[in-house]
Amino acid sequence: MKIVVDMNVCQDHGQCVFAAPEIFSLDDDGHLVYQSDVDEALREKAEDAADVCPLQAIVVED
Amino acid sequence: MTQRIVIVGASLGGLRAAEALRAQHFAGEIVVIGDEVHAPYNRPPLSKEVLADQVSHEAVAFRQRASVSDVIWHLGDAAQSLSGTTVTTQSGTRFDADGVVIATGIRPRTIPLAGAASRRMTLRTLDDAVALRKRLQPGAKVLVVGAGFIGCEVAATATTLGCQVSVVAVDEEPMIRPLAVSFGAALRQRHEARGVTFHLGAGIQAIDETPEGAAATLDDGTQLEASVIVEAIGSIPNVEWLEGQGFDLTDGVLCDNDMRVIGGEHVVAVGDVARFPNPLFDDAPRRIEHWNIPTDTARRAVTTLLGDLGLGEGSKESFTPMPAFWSDQFDLRLQAFGLPGLAGNEPSDVTIECGDLSGDVVVAYRNHGRLVGIVGIGFNKELQALRAEIGMAR
Ligand SMILES: Cc1cc2nc3c(=O)[nH]c(=O)nc-3n(C[C@H](O)[C@H](O)[C@H](O)COP(=O)(O)OP(=O)(O)OC[C@H]3O[C@@H](n4cnc5c(N)ncnc54)[C@H](O)[C@@H]3O)c2cc1C
Ligand code: SF4
Repeated sequence: MKIVVDMNVCQDHGQCVFAAPEIFSLDDDGHLVYQSDVDEALREKAEDAADVCPLQAIVVED
Repeated sequence: MTQRIVIVGASLGGLRAAEALRAQHFAGEIVVIGDEVHAPYNRPPLSKEVLADQVSHEAVAFRQRASVSDVIWHLGDAAQSLSGTTVTTQSGTRFDADGVVIATGIRPRTIPLAGAASRRMTLRTLDDAVALRKRLQPGAKVLVVGAGFIGCEVAATATTLGCQVSVVAVDEEPMIRPLAVSFGAALRQRHEARGVTFHLGAGIQAIDETPEGAAATLDDGTQLEASVIVEAIGSIPNVEWLEGQGFDLTDGVLCDNDMRVIGGEHVVAVGDVARFPNPLFDDAPRRIEHWNIPTDTARRAVTTLLGDLGLGEGSKESFTPMPAFWSDQFDLRLQAFGLPGLAGNEPSDVTIECGDLSGDVVVAYRNHGRLVGIVGIGFNKELQALRAEIGMAR
């Protein structure tokens, strides 16, 4: 499963970090970093993160 | 027989409830009734980037999970009444259901004065935003009534678009209820530095049509000319269709901590319309008009409903969603967690944790020593760390 975040849209809200800390985190400057190749077992969490992103910047691809 | 769940309200809460039903293995029919003709879309950009740029459904439509592709969308027809778990719409269509999810949200309150009707607007829906955008031409005089988040965002966006913007509010400072006087005053100064004029502590006595548009007369006699007046003075929950069911509709629809509507059977509520207790803070039921609440409450409400219908386990843990809010005003982005409005009145209840009020800052809100909310500009990392302490004694 692949995760794509549109970094032009992302505003580092960090809501995704709470939904799926396994995938998303904030670096020392408070900017989003994430893993793009993610184990299928985390699909539900990834979808949750996509749901809670206020900018709807996260896409979960198959 | 196939089971059917009817969701009323086709916005964020309604969509998330449908998705939660599928995620929690409900295999029956799902009908979503909505009075707007549009498929669910995201409202926050309507006062921010989308209002500044281009307002269209494509720009704000929610992506929908594949699991909800078989949901029946009954749009452009309002629910008129509920009886048990049967919903009847304005067009006379009747939907019998095994369970009902109430997701009808709120609508803007308007100033109880007549006059200059064609110049007055509110901002809640996509159609509102399209109409407002047309009026925000460079040089237009815009009067925003109300200095809450939506009023301040509209003021900022309109100023960026080249309008001359005044804000009138009865409050002493903008966004005072959640943020307190000091932070509100600091934000006012930042708005003023960018050209917004404030008339605070002022009520409106009259609104009249003039050759140029409209004129508002304040309590002290001041007259403000405007080509458009935006009313952003709060909200009214959409609960009229629920009358006669024995529900408590005092301010939204009263629910228990599992989002079950009190007085109903197999009826749950989600999002802005639902008033429910959150033990993260106390046992007082409240409505929370924040974007993350429809998603959190939809998941819980669906767990409850499926449990009550014998289609799931329900949940025994208490439900303690963390309110999360943000607001974009000019180049400032405020982020908030918890309920800062619950802070006590002692000077020590509102403290600056990092930075200062003229730049990036984190403000903490406490009540009897307990952290109830945090609001920040910048300092993402620090905010995230403090968020974990909300609700805990300190
Ligand atoms: C301009 C604007 C900016 C915002 N900015 C932010 C922000 O920056 N941060 C933040 O946290 N929150 C923000 N919000 C709040 C956030 O958008 C709401 O919390 C969220 O939309 C609530 O979702 P909901 O589904 O509960 O209700 P709503 O979105 O209000 O949806 C309810 C739906 O039900 C429909 N309906 C009502 N009555 C009936 C009926 N009888 N029959 C059928 N359908 C009916 C309504 O027309 C509507 O489509 C903003 C809201 C607005 C309007
Ligand atoms: S929630 Fe969305 S905007 Fe915020 S950091 Fe994650 S992807 Fe970016």
